[in-house]
Amino acid sequence: MSATDTRTGPVATTGPAPGRPRRPWWTGRRRDQLVGYLFVTPQLLGSVVFVILPLVLVVWYSLHEWNVLAGTFDYVGGDNYAQLAEDTNLGGVLKATGLFSVGLVVFNLALALLLAVLLNQKLRGSIVFRTLFFSPVVVSLVAWTIVWGFLLQDNGGINGLLDTIGVDGPNWLRGENTAMLSVVVVQVFKNVGLNMVLFLAALQGVPGELYEAAEVDGASRMRQFWRITVPLISPTIMLTSIITVVGSLQVFAQIAVLTQGGPGTSTTVLVYYLYQQAFQFHHFGYGATLSIVLFAIVLALTVLQWQMRKRWVFHES
Amino acid sequence: MKTGKGLRGVAVALVGALALTACGGGGNDAGDGGPAKLRMSVWSANEAHLKLFNEIADEYRKSHPNVESITFDPLPFENYTTTLTTQIAGGNAPDLAWVFENSAPDFVSSGALAPLDETLKKTEGYAYDDLSPATTKLWQDGGKLYAYPFSNSPFGVFVNTDMLRKAGQRTPAELIASGQWNWENALAVAGATAAKSGKAGLVIRDFDYKGWDNLSTFFTGWGAQAWSEDGKSCGFGSPEMVAAMTALHKGIFTDKALPGPGTTADFFAGDAAMTVTQISRASLLKEDGFGWDLVPLPAGPKGNYAVLGQAGIGVMKKSPYADEAADFLAFFTNPTNSAKLAQFFPPPRQSLLTAETLGKTNPKLKPEQLQKVVVDGITNGVVKPSHSGQAELSQQVRAGLDPLWQPNADVKAVLDGVCAKIQPLLAK
Repeated sequence: MSATDTRTGPVATTGPAPGRPRRPWWTGRRRDQLVGYLFVTPQLLGSVVFVILPLVLVVWYSLHEWNVLAGTFDYVGGDNYAQLAEDTNLGGVLKATGLFSVGLVVFNLALALLLAVLLNQKLRGSIVFRTLFFSPVVVSLVAWTIVWGFLLQDNGGINGLLDTIGVDGPNWLRGENTAMLSVVVVQVFKNVGLNMVLFLAALQGVPGELYEAAEVDGASRMRQFWRITVPLISPTIMLTSIITVVGSLQVFAQIAVLTQGGPGTSTTVLVYYLYQQAFQFHHFGYGATLSIVLFAIVLALTVLQWQMRKRWVFHES
Repeated sequence: MKTGKGLRGVAVALVGALALTACGGGGNDAGDGGPAKLRMSVWSANEAHLKLFNEIADEYRKSHPNVESITFDPLPFENYTTTLTTQIAGGNAPDLAWVFENSAPDFVSSGALAPLDETLKKTEGYAYDDLSPATTKLWQDGGKLYAYPFSNSPFGVFVNTDMLRKAGQRTPAELIASGQWNWENALAVAGATAAKSGKAGLVIRDFDYKGWDNLSTFFTGWGAQAWSEDGKSCGFGSPEMVAAMTALHKGIFTDKALPGPGTTADFFAGDAAMTVTQISRASLLKEDGFGWDLVPLPAGPKGNYAVLGQAGIGVMKKSPYADEAADFLAFFTNPTNSAKLAQFFPPPRQSLLTAETLGKTNPKLKPEQLQKVVVDGITNGVVKPSHSGQAELSQQVRAGLDPLWQPNADVKAVLDGVCAKIQPLLAK
């Protein structure tokens, strides 16, 4: 069936001819459109109800003081945004968020790349190691974190291990510096396998003849890595860094299970802080405002990374 | 604000319309004049508790055909208040809810709960005046009662007598007999037992260097308070609090009488010599476990004292069935049912607060234990610290106290720091 058969007909030169057939409303074109809409409706409905509507409501809530217990919902304009400037905790929270993100991105990407390069060698047992490093990715996040919580206790497994070699381990989750380091390490080991697999796929896509040519030219292994491997896998580095940065800004369960933001406020990252404000302190309006700050930060970083790709991501074309 | 409510209404209507379309329709049972369906949020999922609640509810429904169903909805204990307030925010509030003592001021003063006096007083045979004034104080505002304090659980010290004897230490019962049951001796016994047994000495349960309000079981003995009676000024910098926290710090880091930060020890699993906790935890003791005793809190420098935790049941004011819910609450907590509930929850009724009555339903505890710890505790005890905006205050205190849990902490400086953090919140 074609849509053109409804458009054909005698062309009148002097006004509408009385015998001109009226275009029927229900055409094949409309039917195709309807079918298309029906196909996307479930997805669209889901997105509208569960993504777009809440996003719009968050903006709306951020302009209000919502006291859940008293049942009041008062418009306060930009007061919640003004409170951001007066919030004495926010500086520390942003610092903790930045520390976590930088720590996670650096450790995660470096370790993932190192593992991928090692496992890319044709060595016996590399599949076993690949599976071992990837397996934490499929483990439940909370279960993973609880087990690490036991290991990191003062009298836990890690200090027990250190004790056997005569090292008196710190109280990992109670020290201001070691707590953040612990949370970063727990998260790195949780997700390093995913980035490792992505890097591995990218490494296996690098043509072998480039290395052969470089070897003929006398390039060292290190030089080959920096001049051939890194540029050719740069799109993957870009992808993994965006995923890791965005993921690092959303960290919540690890903090909630391991430290609850402490000691002091040293591990109170932005998502945990907005959870506290909204759901524990019942400042839903201010919590919504903080989530908009988080949205702005994620957006800005993603745009920045996307812009930077032009400078350092290698494209074959 | 009307515009806010209007837009929220539109949003809710939109979501509701979509949900109805998707589900092919559905009825709205909220306040449509039909039989009431009551829901009570609770934090206990204990089968025996729920069985008793359901029995009382079934009996009520027999004489009240206007109530179609009564359900008890157990929410996780750890995040109970957060879950409850999220339900309220989401328009899915229960009709009745249990409320912890630490969130009592928020719930009572916010207007979220309906006043109960009138319903309770007019209920036949209720004996409203039987409620101990000490137990209802926290749940009142402007002379009206906003929640019924169904559980009044004093803190006591559970003792693993086997472990103490093996370590060659005097038991608290012996110390009580010789008039020497005070914190100094309690910590000395705990430290010595820990050193000999390799296990933990004394554990302040649920403190874990985070739940600081449980420390009120300790610092109250020094006459210290987290904040003043009117809630306006911080008490952490007071000389009494400094003395109490100095003693606690020494107990943790010098005498090793309490397990240090980041170390877990469960008394009921046999990992510790003593634990400070509510008597309701007696149910965790195993029949064929170690020998144990329950004694009152040791005396502090200011003499004997008692601390209790409370829980109230309130009726949500916005419930479409608030009247039915209040009526059910009056039945649930009448003298007969209070006596039944007393086997799990020490009641606020003076007539039931006797060692003899409580002994009938608490077989694990001896009459003298019930008298000294429960009856005297409820009558003379102070309730754990609570304040409006407790969650935020509590978080600030926790963060402020964190530097104290280091071996070389400057106790006075840390406590002054806590006051600097919370004074602006208290002054609000």
